[in-house]
Order: sequence, then structure tokens, then C-alpha cells
Amino acid sequence: MPIKSYLAHPHDGKKQHLINALSEIKECEVMPATNQDVLVVVTDTLDDASEDLLQVKIEKIDSLKLLAMVSGFNSPKI
Amino acid sequence: MYNSLSTRRSFIKKMAQLSAMTAAASMFPGILFASEQEEGIPNGANLDWKKGPCRFCGVGCGILVGTEQGKAVAVKGDPNSSVNKGLLCVKGYHQTMCIQSKDRLTHALVKKNGKYVQTPINEALDIVANKMKETIAAHGKDSVAMYTSGQSTIPEGYVASKLMKGAIGTNNLDCNARLCMASAVAGFLTTFGADEPMGCYEDIDHADYFITWGNNMAEMHPVLFSRMLEQKTRRGAKIIDFATRTSRSSTASNKSILFEPQTDLAVANAICYEIINNGWINKSFVEKHCNFSKGLTNIGYGTEDKFKFKDKPEKIDFAAYKEFLEDYTPEKVAQYSKVSVKDIKYLASIYGDPNKKVVSYWCMGMNQHTRGTWMNNLVYNIHLLTGKISQPGNGPFSLTGQPSACGTAREVGTFTHKLPKGVVMNPKHRELAAKIWKVPVERIPAKPTYHATEMFRAIDRGDIKFIWTQVTNPLVSLPKTSRYRPGMEKESCFVVVSDVFPTPTSDVADVILPASWHIEKSGLYGNSERRTQHWDKMVEGPGETTPDAWMTIEVAKRMGYGDLFPYSEENHVEEIYNEYRQFHEGAKHGMAPLEVLKKESGAIWPYVNGKSTQWRFNAKYDPACAEGKDFDFYGKPDGKAVIWQRPYEPAAESPDNEYPFWLNTGRVIEHWHTGSMTRRIPVLHKAMPEAYVEFHPEDAKALGIRNGENIRVTSRRGSCVLPASINERGLPTKGQVFVPFFDENMMINDVTLDAFCPISKEPDYKKCAVKVEKA
Repeated sequence: MPIKSYLAHPHDGKKQHLINALSEIKECEVMPATNQDVLVVVTDTLDDASEDLLQVKIEKIDSLKLLAMVSGFNSPKI
Repeated sequence: MYNSLSTRRSFIKKMAQLSAMTAAASMFPGILFASEQEEGIPNGANLDWKKGPCRFCGVGCGILVGTEQGKAVAVKGDPNSSVNKGLLCVKGYHQTMCIQSKDRLTHALVKKNGKYVQTPINEALDIVANKMKETIAAHGKDSVAMYTSGQSTIPEGYVASKLMKGAIGTNNLDCNARLCMASAVAGFLTTFGADEPMGCYEDIDHADYFITWGNNMAEMHPVLFSRMLEQKTRRGAKIIDFATRTSRSSTASNKSILFEPQTDLAVANAICYEIINNGWINKSFVEKHCNFSKGLTNIGYGTEDKFKFKDKPEKIDFAAYKEFLEDYTPEKVAQYSKVSVKDIKYLASIYGDPNKKVVSYWCMGMNQHTRGTWMNNLVYNIHLLTGKISQPGNGPFSLTGQPSACGTAREVGTFTHKLPKGVVMNPKHRELAAKIWKVPVERIPAKPTYHATEMFRAIDRGDIKFIWTQVTNPLVSLPKTSRYRPGMEKESCFVVVSDVFPTPTSDVADVILPASWHIEKSGLYGNSERRTQHWDKMVEGPGETTPDAWMTIEVAKRMGYGDLFPYSEENHVEEIYNEYRQFHEGAKHGMAPLEVLKKESGAIWPYVNGKSTQWRFNAKYDPACAEGKDFDFYGKPDGKAVIWQRPYEPAAESPDNEYPFWLNTGRVIEHWHTGSMTRRIPVLHKAMPEAYVEFHPEDAKALGIRNGENIRVTSRRGSCVLPASINERGLPTKGQVFVPFFDENMMINDVTLDAFCPISKEPDYKKCAVKVEKA
């Protein structure tokens, strides 16, 4: 049950679009920086395969310029 | 007690989030996440939001604490606070999480036969009062001492001063602000005759340049730094970082200039040389508003017990000052400061440009300096020579590290030499204190006794036989703890420690008093921009926790001084503040009424005719200026500020063959000072679990040191083992190592030197000589 965190960088002027798009994905928690164009994204998925699929889904968002993973944890199933 | 998997999973998610926030902070220093404040608010919660200032640094951000059913469940920035405009840093958001720590001190503990025994608070206070009385009877009033804090509230500091100076009649009161702000105070008093900055945070909105002198604001004052970054982005304001270590502030600045430790004195003089040599001096301002003086030189370092120094100011003229500066041409200074001629000239050109507004910021780098008072004087010189002072966007601004270093330590005056107004040496100031306190004036001694370092030396020598510390952790924060810890452990001194959590200081106490935390009591703090802020008690503290002010009052009553402390337990904060305000009545330092502070997110003194004074000494903004003057430095009898001739002198201890590295110590963004609170906040502790020793990569390579390898750092005082850190948080210059001091398990202050500025008596934590080896 992986929990990962990323920094998501939007294209110029697309921060709000990226916030909206990521917020629609149920496995993602989004925390936008107040004074910079960057978002913290925490993902919570069932297994590594779901996490890989989620990454592909995120990468397809038009307003995303760069997604950089920061940390990854594995938690036992609840 | 156990942690369920769901709790554990939430915690892991929080950790993942914090890791990303920390990474973001290294890429974008000053980055803020306002939505973080909404985290942790229970769904559908009906919270009661109460305002107050943040518990931590001297910026004094306004916070709103959400309480539900008597518990603090959320913290967010106060959007009505002009300080932070709703923003908070990572420590601010998480501050209330420490209250529930399992090892919270909830009851008094008294050491009996070598073991701590839980004791009713009233009984513990009886023991404290009796011991204090017995000690005075046996050894005299100067055998007892109190050591308080820049984190004490205004009422806490006030009653401590009244007890020691007004009731007992000893000046044995000092505080930990001696370790961080004393040089700023001495600088203000010698140059302007009046303490605290003349400007305010609104300067940030007007300045074209921010010059930071040895000051890592991105980590230590992140909310102010974010305001500067906003101006950098929005208006093209520029940040110039002048430091001995590349930090997050350096990387976010427009330019980073590194200098050899201690040579900031020479570079500041070189800037003044350039200003005069290039004709950039504001002649009319200097002629109308400034005098020139010099003081003694080769003034020593205070490393020996009972060190005494008194400066002998002597007036000089401009020609003599100009001649003195001939030793500080950029070419000469570049040779030993390691700052290029070009960079010195660049700095001077910024200050010298009449069309650019410049604010200088500094904090510990200039203050914790064996010539700290001189360094403060020298930066004032630059602003006075160019007339860039006391105007929106133009001014020197010394930042404070603690939330009430200004409001309590400096304004109430919890230093040995201070009174709530003025100093003990001044008969008029003693008379005013005696009148308000209703004590005979003869009871207030006219001579200061022990400043912080000398106070702990006196304990080690056996001269002080009783000490009560409040809101501070000196056995982690003092320099040279390798001497002062064994000193405090001696049987000759009875130690009382008031605190919220156990610390290495409470470990040596005979009595531990359980203090209320910040929001478990009402109080007032004063921040760096002279802003006084009030808060009401928000939650009940656990067990028999009691506000420090009330414990001091209870001890005073038990000692027979009840008539001097006629306050009620319910309203003592209000009653004390109203009494204290009398000391500062008038246009130069009037404090806002409590009703105003209860309603607003603070007010800046002088508070005159219902208005804060944002820029002192400038007649446009400051009603205390004399009629007909545009500027009036009214702290001085003739209304003129002093431009001081202060030379470069070397550090107390410099690297040599045996100890070839400089040791610089400091802080990190995740932890508040000695970590007694923030190391009990899980997310902050996990984010920065232990201290480290930073190396320049070339030094590490030459010594064959790898990242994470245990390294012993040794000085002539002691040693400390820490993991090596290379190219991580910060980058010291070659020949220097840096260690943060928050970690009580890695006591770097066993290694530091207790040399201090002979004028301010503030120790230098930034410079001593060490050797490093694999442990």
C-alpha cells in the first residue's frame, strides 16, 4: 500500500487548472504552495501497479510541466 | 495505548507531505503552504477561533487557534495580522501539537533522596519561597538569582523584575535574550540612545534592496523572507545575502557574498570608506543629525571570570573619522575578508545610490559576535552617512529570535542593568520604579550584577546559591556547557526550573515547577517591529500546570511581599499590564491600552493618540519629534545619532595548526532553539531528527569524510560526535564547519567558547576553533 509524495510543477499560468485536475483524482491529495507555482501531491494507492497507473494518469494532465517524486513509503494493509 | 493502522497511515501520509514541503523549501526558500492550516480540522467541526501571536520566533505572526471542547485542534495564520497576512511557517502550523506530549510536566517534582517525587504545587512553591528566604538570610540577597527568557510574557517578566529588584533588592536577574539580542540593544543605545528598530515590517513593501548581514531569514524568519521574495517577484526588489555560509537564503537571493568570519567589521568600514570617497554621503543629513565618536580599542573577550569593561566614548570630528577609514579601503579589506574589491564596491554602491531604498536585516550573525555592539554601530553608520533611515523602505532593522525578546526582555527589562523604564544606574529611573512599585528607592541597587554568562560562572564558583530559571533551557543554549552543566550540578546551588517539558536543565533541578504553555494562559508578547500583542487563555492546561507569572507572585507572597503583588489569579495579566504601562507613558514609548490589544492584532509603540508609530525619529510619522525638526533622534540629549569609529579586531579564538577549523553554530527551520518543544512535534522531529556537522565538500574530500559518517568535533572546551553532512542543507566556506544546536543528544555547546562582546556581554556562538576527526 504505497504512499508517495511529489512536487508537481504547472505550466505558466496553469496552476489552478493543475490543482483542479489533480483534485479530481481520488487517490491524490493536493496542497498548492501559496506563493510559488508548485504543488505538493500525496498519493495513496492499493499496490505498486495501481501507483504506476496513477502516475501515468497524472502525467497526462495538460497543465503539468514536471512531476518529481520526493518520498515513498509502504504501509501495511488496513 | 497503541497506534491503529489507520492512525499510522495518516501519520505516514503526513510525513510524505512534509518531505515534499521540505524539498519544496530547498528549491523555493520562503515557500508557504496556506492550505496546510486547514489540515487536521475535523470535518464538520464547529471551532471557536481565538487570536494570539505565534509561540515561536520574533517575527510575531498572528495566529488563530481553533478550539473544540476545550482542546486546541487547529492553527492557522491570522489574515487580519499585518505581520503575516494569514501565512505561517511549518513550525507555526504545528505548534500546538507539543502540548499533548506524553512526558509533559503536569505536576511539581521535588528531589528527595536523589529521586523526583510528585508534590502538590502549593507545597513546591512553599519549598521554593522558604529556600529563597533561607539563602538570603544566610548569604545575603545577592546569593539568589533568577534567569528568565525572551519567551516569557510581558507580565511574567514584569513580576520577575519586581520581585528581584523591587522586593528582594538584588539585580541578580538576567535572561536568555542576553544570548541573542544584547548586542542589538547596546548598538541601539550607543548610536541612538533608544532601543529597538525605528522602522517596521512595512519597509519590505517599499525597499528596492534588502541586504541581509549574516542572517539566514529563509529558515529563521521564513514569513518575512516570503514577503521579501514576493517583492522580488512583483517589483524586482533585490536581495543580497552577505554571510559566512551558503544557506537557503543565499540561493534565493539575487547575489550571495561570502566573507571570512569576523571580517564583517572591516567590510562595513570599507563600505563607509567608499560612501565618503565617492561623495555619496548625505551631507545635510549628517551635519544636522549626527555626531562622531570613538571608543576604546583592544577591548578583550571576557573569557576570564569577573571580566570588567567600560567604554570611554570620546567625540571626534568628521576629518578624524575619514582618516580612520583610510585603513579600510576595499583593496586593503579584500586581502583578509575574502570579499572581492568589486563586491565591496558593489555593496557600497547600493547604499550610496540616492535613488534606491535599502533595508539592512540582521539577527544572530551580527549579535552573537565578540564585537557585536560595534557591528551594530557600523551598520547604523552606513545608514546614517547616507541618510537612509526612519523612512518607509529605508533603514537598519535588527530582527529578534524570540517572541518577546523585545516586549519582555528589552521593554520590561529582565536584564541585570535594566528597569521597566531605563537602567538601574540612573537615579531618576530607580525613583520612577520605586514610585510605581511602592518600594523605598534605596531598595533598588544602583549597580548591575551578573549578565548571563557571568551568572552561570558565579554558580560554578559557588557565589550564587539559589537560581530559578523560567521558560529557558540554559544547559543546552549557553556557550561552554561543558563548564556550566557540572557547575549547576554542584550541591552549593539550589536549582528551581519552571518548564513545560523535561530538559537537560530540569535534569539538574532540585524543584521542577510545571508551567502552563502559551495558550493555556493569557499573556502579551512584543515582536521585532515594536508590536505588542495580547492573547486570552484558550485551553486549560493539564494537572497542576500554572502560569509562570502566577508562580512568581505566589512565591513573592510566601516570602512576605504580598502587599507588592496585590493581583488576582483571574485577572493578573490585565492588572500587571495596566501597572506596567505607567512606566512608558508619553509620546516616546506609550503602550496601547489593553482594550485595543484585545480587539486588534497588535499595536506598535509608541502608541499615541490612538495610533501606532511605524517610523520613529521621523517627524512625518513620529509625534515625539521636536517641533521644527525633520528628524529627531530624541534618545540622545542633543537629538543627534552617533556615527562610531569602530575598528576591525580579530575573533577571540581563530583556527590554528591544532584546531584548524572555524566552528559556526545556528538553527534549522524545523526546530525552535533547543528543540524542547519542536522535537516533541512528531512531523518536525521526523523531518529533522538529529543534528549534523556540515562540511565544505573540498574539506570533506581532503579528510576522506563521507556523508553520514560520524565525526568528532573537538575544541579546547569539549567534544561532540555528529554525522557529517556534505552538500545538504547548507554549505559552509572552506575551513569552516557548521552545527545546529537544537539537539540535546549532540551537545555542540560543550564545544563552543564563552567569549562575549565586552559592551553587550553577548556570547559569540559563531566563531571558535575546532578539529574534526572520524569518531
